[in-house]
Amino acid sequence: MNNVFVYCEIEGTVVAEVSQELLTKGRKLANTLGVELHAVVAGTGIKSKVEEQILPYGVDKLFVFDADGLFPYTSAPHTDILVNLFKEEKPQICLMGATVIGRDLGPRVSSSLTSGLTADCTELEIGPYDDAKTGQHFDNLLYQIRPAFGGNIVATIVNPEHRPQMATVRSGVMQKAVYEGKAKGEVVYPEVSKYVSPEAFVVKVLDHHVEAAKHNLKGASIVVSGGYGMGSREGFDMLFELAKLLHAEVGASRAAVDAGFCDNDRQIGQTGVTVHPKVYIACGISGQIQHIAGMQDSKIIISINSDPDAPINKIADYVIVGTVEEVIPKLIKYYKQNSK
Amino acid sequence: MALKIVVLAKQVPDTRNVGKDAMTPEGTVNRAALPAIFNPDDLNAIEQALRIKEQNPGTTVGVLTMGPPRAGEIIRQSLYRGADTGWLLTDRLFAGADTLATSYALATAIKKIGGVDLVLGGRQAIDGDTAQVGPQVAEKLGLNQVTYAEEILGIENGVATVRRRIDGGQETVKVPLPAVITVNGSAAPCRPQNAKLVMKYKYATCPLERPEGDPRADLYAERPYLTLNQWSVADVDGDPAQCGLAGSPTKVKTVRNIVFQAKESKTLTSSDADIDGIIKELLNEKIIG
Repeated sequence: MNNVFVYCEIEGTVVAEVSQELLTKGRKLANTLGVELHAVVAGTGIKSKVEEQILPYGVDKLFVFDADGLFPYTSAPHTDILVNLFKEEKPQICLMGATVIGRDLGPRVSSSLTSGLTADCTELEIGPYDDAKTGQHFDNLLYQIRPAFGGNIVATIVNPEHRPQMATVRSGVMQKAVYEGKAKGEVVYPEVSKYVSPEAFVVKVLDHHVEAAKHNLKGASIVVSGGYGMGSREGFDMLFELAKLLHAEVGASRAAVDAGFCDNDRQIGQTGVTVHPKVYIACGISGQIQHIAGMQDSKIIISINSDPDAPINKIADYVIVGTVEEVIPKLIKYYKQNSK
Repeated sequence: MALKIVVLAKQVPDTRNVGKDAMTPEGTVNRAALPAIFNPDDLNAIEQALRIKEQNPGTTVGVLTMGPPRAGEIIRQSLYRGADTGWLLTDRLFAGADTLATSYALATAIKKIGGVDLVLGGRQAIDGDTAQVGPQVAEKLGLNQVTYAEEILGIENGVATVRRRIDGGQETVKVPLPAVITVNGSAAPCRPQNAKLVMKYKYATCPLERPEGDPRADLYAERPYLTLNQWSVADVDGDPAQCGLAGSPTKVKTVRNIVFQAKESKTLTSSDADIDGIIKELLNEKIIG
């Protein structure tokens, strides 16, 4: 009762990294609240394959639902599992990845339990809340902090009266870490048919195709990123050349992705990937809030922009005022000269 | 097979094109400075609906929207593209709704419409980016759901085949109707407005959009299709306790403007000397390898 739950999502028998990131965050929240961290995972043929990918992050109790039809994910069976499990366990918090699966499952579960859900949180904290209208005071609520209005404001959302308090978080926003404290590490294998009705298996997956990621933007130590100022897809070729030399990954702003200069899986920002590199080289990026929110934790920021007043320059360590066409070839040239 | 399709669509502030006066000095959103537009993903949903209509004679496409009276514009723009009808849910009691209260209102209206085979909607709206309303409507109606759809490949014997985007790939699924399908922005773009339909519907309005003593009263009497459906909470037999702010489990505690920590930066030019210098500095300090 009253514990923190994390829904762990899988591809085959591999637990998603975002779920591990949320386990680490969930462990911290559980410690603050003095409760246990529980995890739930559902799939087919996952028993003794997923436990060791979940327990090390400080899980006190893991519920493994293993049956035919639970992978690939479809909405209804996974909803049944969470809704019926939560009716028994009455958690106070439930976290899941803001992935295609989490954004399909979370709202369905929240609607069924009439509990509040906040999408794409960038921070989660515990704190008190006073309802100005009713005068009621609440302690230990989950602050669900998220950007709103296209990233122009940040709102703190609370669910005072409904449980569980549900939130989704994008991959890479939280950092995963094996838990060094003590956790109970209990594993249970509930009988799936007690939770899922046979009618739930109504959507049939004919074809499920997932490719390994083409890049490791999230974990890159150097990111070369391009904006609308790159001008074209060909403009991005320069960035790939520079990135190759520096052993960096290439990212993009939403404006560049929307313009078709770069594939959308490389988008950095609130609606894309969050990165934490040692060096971030922003090329022709003006620096809308929604972009900066996804890269502001970079240790060193270098901005290349023909506009000396571009907003991104305010948070940059180095500003190179000039056109990308002029500066990037020079960076390539002098790197080749000096790195020998 | 003739289908009854309802498309959920929303009028949203254009958060992608935020100007300098979009925020008030107090850090709140200046809605008046943001133009109201047709939510982009919802246009992709309209296109899928119109394609199904073309392939399945006798199919009707209706557009359901919730908002202030001016959101009647969403219905008009849908009619211009080939939708058959629309409903505007408008009532002060609907105001301040979070996604759960919104989906309650929409689900109640869909029940009132009755006999709906397929509910389509955009994956998400750009003012909230939550993607929650589609699945919540599905749950409230007890319907199957498919989210992130890129193309509805066909509908046969009451089963839709849908290609959808998933993280790092794609999937093809079969879903029996009735169902809720949300359409991704990467789906086919919506067709443009049709000039003849614009001529036909340009005066189509909801009663609340009309000024008192409207000079077109005679026209409306003569052409009933110019009067758009406008429903209040009572019209859809809604429970006021589940609508609007009252029906919203989530509360906004605080809203703050984003201020980034400014850094002291070193400004360089694009000269060879400056670029050579910064590369040497970064290499010497082992910032780059």
